Amino acid sequence: MSELAPAIQARNLYAAYHRQVVLSDVSLSLPQGQWTAIVGPNGAGKSSLLNIVIGNLAPLRGEIEVLGRSAESQRRAGSIAYMAQRENMEWDFPISVRETVMTGRYGLMRHDPLWQRLLPMRWSHPSHREAVEAALDAVDMADYASRPIGELSGGQKKRVLLARALAQQAEILLLDEPLAGVDPPSEALILSTLERERRAGRTVIMVTHDLPSARRQADHVLLINRTVVGMGTPDDMLSDAMLARLATSSEPEPLAGGVRVAA
Amino acid sequence: MSPLEGLSLDIVEALAALLMMAVDLLPESVAAPFAYQFMQRALITSMLVGAICGLLSCYVVLKRWSLLGDAISHAVLPGVAMAYLLGWPFFVGAFITGALTSLGIGALERHTRLKADAAMGLMFTAAFAVGIVIISKIASSTHLMHILFGNVLGVKPTAVALTLLASLLVLAAIWLAYRPLLLYAFDPLQAQALGFRTGMIHYGLILLLTLTIVVSLETVGIILVVAMLIIPGATAHLLTDRFPAMLTISVAIGVSSAVVGLQLSVTFDIASGAAIVLVATALFCLVLLAAPKHGLIAGYWRRWRLGHAQA
Repeated sequence: MSELAPAIQARNLYAAYHRQVVLSDVSLSLPQGQWTAIVGPNGAGKSSLLNIVIGNLAPLRGEIEVLGRSAESQRRAGSIAYMAQRENMEWDFPISVRETVMTGRYGLMRHDPLWQRLLPMRWSHPSHREAVEAALDAVDMADYASRPIGELSGGQKKRVLLARALAQQAEILLLDEPLAGVDPPSEALILSTLERERRAGRTVIMVTHDLPSARRQADHVLLINRTVVGMGTPDDMLSDAMLARLATSSEPEPLAGGVRVAA
Repeated sequence: MSPLEGLSLDIVEALAALLMMAVDLLPESVAAPFAYQFMQRALITSMLVGAICGLLSCYVVLKRWSLLGDAISHAVLPGVAMAYLLGWPFFVGAFITGALTSLGIGALERHTRLKADAAMGLMFTAAFAVGIVIISKIASSTHLMHILFGNVLGVKPTAVALTLLASLLVLAAIWLAYRPLLLYAFDPLQAQALGFRTGMIHYGLILLLTLTIVVSLETVGIILVVAMLIIPGATAHLLTDRFPAMLTISVAIGVSSAVVGLQLSVTFDIASGAAIVLVATALFCLVLLAAPKHGLIAGYWRRWRLGHAQA
């Protein structure tokens, strides 16, 4: 394991959002092939960290590497599957469950021959459709494949988003609060699916507020509150003492010279 | 006559001949006005404009870009005026100011505290005012009226050929970039995570929108083009839950309102742009009431049945 490059490595990372510092001197190394839970209060920069990895937020300073290379090249190589929070999506969009999951393959389709990219999906390479059907089966949504996504319940929507990330068959699964607002059966299904992916050698990185599942499932817990508070085993990191330290660790600071905007 | 003009005349005549084969199947009273060449050119132009507006309107509606469409269409005016002043084709000037304004809106949004709607409102009214000032100095008010409200019956063969070229360009771009555009409209964050260059897709889509607006000027005019960029897509959105179907329906609505509107404008001697928009609006109202799933009547029926079942 030791020669494996870290899944995500950050060195002295600074980032601001709406002129408010959200990450300050963050250095971390998340191991490949394991399950890491990222825990911290609201506004602690957890989602910002993911946003930097997916290229939606540019860091002010510092470096970030994914699997030993730049995040940008890994995104284009399709190594990063991202599962967004449900609130960020257009659920009105005229698209079916199956097509939504298929969008997880869109990055890989760049490498298909041109004629396949210009034709409807049924002429695309069978591997795309197979990956989509397998992902739908994994989250138990195959029966809903032809439904418009707007008709699904909250838990089902989360499962579809997870299926889309699975369909990408990426090395790293990056999940932004996969368990928020999910009914218990869906939660169990999501956790067991992620567990299977981790056993298959994939890296699972999830931002979460759900401490019981983090304690039970994760190999590592990263505590973050604008800067790294701690990284270690779930038992060490989720102790009362560490959680108390997490809550009080960092005062919000405005960006130097900038206007302070309420977070 | 330059070779380019000759070529465009040939293409337009060939298209018109093809179109007339279809028109001749219609009853005599409907087909009669289309014996005139200017009517044939008007028909071709409005059908093309209906089609590409229909395509783009799906993206405009789904991305909530209605106000942006309105902004670009108004921002085109100073470009048209300056092109007139310099003797350029008005397409060129319109495209330049339209694109500049959309870039300006983006910059205002990113670098100031202004929200998108204020940035757009500010930029496009300013550009529009500049356009009116220039036109009031140099051109007659009929000229202004034609730009503002379109003059499809006076379309020249070169303009028809340019419209055709622009339409093919828009069609090719949407076909080639179908998946990136779909993903960007649906879920820009996911597009970003998959390594798509979302900035390029964003500005590419704005350029397509600008091109469509510029092409539509002669048919529906600056003021009403935004209607053709909203109504077909909005109507199609009520009818289907599948994106390819939405594109198809939207194009069909754009083309059929253009054709019917043109016919009505000749029959009743009314402004063609307004007639086209009113036909599209009528279609929208019909669909809003009667759409099988997302229509008002279907909604009332579902609620009534639900109440009935509980009682």
